[in-house]
Amino acid sequence: MKTKRRIKTICYHAFVIGFGLLMIYPVIWMIISSFKMKSEILGNDVPFLPTKWVFENYPNGWKGVGEYNFGDYFKNSAIVSVLATIGTVISSAMVSYALARVKFIGRKFWFTCMIMTMLLPGQVLMIPQYIIWNNLDLTGTFVPLILPKFLGVPFFIYMMMQFIKGLPKELDEAAQIDGCSKYQIFTRIILPLLGPSIITTIVIQFYWTWDDYMGPLLYLTKPALYTVSYAIKNFADVQGTNFGPMFAMSTLSLIPVFTLFLFFNRYLMDGVTAGSVKG
Amino acid sequence: MTEKKKMTFHDFIHNDNTVGYVFAAPFIIGFCFLTLIPMALSLYYAFCNYKIGQEAKWVGLENFINLFKDADFGNSIMVTVQYVLWGVPLKLIFALLIAMLLTKPTKLQGLYRAIYYIPSLIGGSVAVALVWKQLFGSRGPIVTMIKSLGVNGFNFFGSKTWAFVPLILCNAWQFGSSMLIFASGLKQIPKDYYEAAEIDGAGAFKRFFKITLPCLSPIILFNLLMQLISGFMTFTQAQIITQGGPNHATEYVSLFIFTEGFTYGHMGYACAASWVILLIMATITGVIFKTSKTWVFYEADE
Repeated sequence: MKTKRRIKTICYHAFVIGFGLLMIYPVIWMIISSFKMKSEILGNDVPFLPTKWVFENYPNGWKGVGEYNFGDYFKNSAIVSVLATIGTVISSAMVSYALARVKFIGRKFWFTCMIMTMLLPGQVLMIPQYIIWNNLDLTGTFVPLILPKFLGVPFFIYMMMQFIKGLPKELDEAAQIDGCSKYQIFTRIILPLLGPSIITTIVIQFYWTWDDYMGPLLYLTKPALYTVSYAIKNFADVQGTNFGPMFAMSTLSLIPVFTLFLFFNRYLMDGVTAGSVKG
Repeated sequence: MTEKKKMTFHDFIHNDNTVGYVFAAPFIIGFCFLTLIPMALSLYYAFCNYKIGQEAKWVGLENFINLFKDADFGNSIMVTVQYVLWGVPLKLIFALLIAMLLTKPTKLQGLYRAIYYIPSLIGGSVAVALVWKQLFGSRGPIVTMIKSLGVNGFNFFGSKTWAFVPLILCNAWQFGSSMLIFASGLKQIPKDYYEAAEIDGAGAFKRFFKITLPCLSPIILFNLLMQLISGFMTFTQAQIITQGGPNHATEYVSLFIFTEGFTYGHMGYACAASWVILLIMATITGVIFKTSKTWVFYEADE
């Protein structure tokens, strides 16, 4: 009986690991391809592992196209992603506190607006928003990619609201009796307790911004402003069939997101689920 | 009297309404400038002939009439519906099966979930789209594998029928967040339901259909709606992997809007298309909500 169970367990783990490897096969293929010579990447009889590991793809890719290299693009991506993430955390935490804990006139109305905005696909607004930014003469700057994130992101507002609703109201009341104002309740009670929710927001919003393609495509019209994700696309177009450097830069472009994920993985797993289900 | 005036200022600042609006201000400003005004503008331009840098000229219903005559627009809606009908169920079934697979409490559960979440983490990126294009390309490993099975001359991106398959797979591959949501839902189903069913002699399949699915139905509804909306608006992958081709076979609605608006500069026409698409989506969402009463099971209703 015991050995039977053990065999079952081993089979289970073998299957989960095997299938998991299949799932990340595209990523593995990308990384391995970035160390291959051009002739071994695509075609009929290419080996899975390179016959000779080459590293030139990285320095070759890093040079980029024209006067800007990937160092510039990484800097741009970092600026946009970090600022957008900071904006999202601050604004979404504030708004979620108002909607979850403060009884003000019109709260229901704004909550409904927030849900509607969350369900409204952004692509429907891509033209009019572009027209507005264009009229403000802000296309060709980072502003259209960053400023909106300082104005609350409904997905995260909703997530944080669910989290705040799970915190005992007695905390607020006790703080109020001790003389805390509603502002202090936010900064001293709610904000510190929001930790897990904030980490989830940081990870998700960071990778959303880092991976974003449509925003840079519309607004970053000058090569000096290109983010990594947009630059890679142009780079691939220019390189044509020389895929090695493209795979190398693709691999590099995923490293920041992976690093963040490795650090905060545990919180992320809890945060995503806590936010979405209790609704 | 003066005493009272002092109090009023203090009261005003600490009044629930003031506090509420101070904290909600970012969203209210954002809602007005990033949602409300753009929507109003879009509605106005939908009735205009408008190009960036030119005066908008009112043309009444002309844009909408042209849309209905535009075979490309009809096609883009059809291929989008096809994409969603295949892609969303595939992704959700996949997410649910993996979530169930990973409910088994082992020390490695966290690691497994992390591995299975990786595709979601990076799947939306340009890097993955570029990789995908080569992975399924005519000289890539997948086609090579198909060739080794004896099928020659197969090419995903050259075929009108098969071009959407890599896109659907790329979307289904990013099942991670749906999986996590299902996983937490599965955790909330009381164990004694299963125990009771087992005593009554219900097999694994019966337990799945009679217990797991009904108990998960609110979560299925949530995932379904979220995936439907994002599936309908898929952009990056289609733009990079297939560029809408071959011959418009994967020109999804968001690509149609983008091409009309930015490539051809028909801003008014693109706005009209956006509104038609929004109405279609609102209708679909509404129908799902209405019918959800018959298949979503809330414990409070017991």
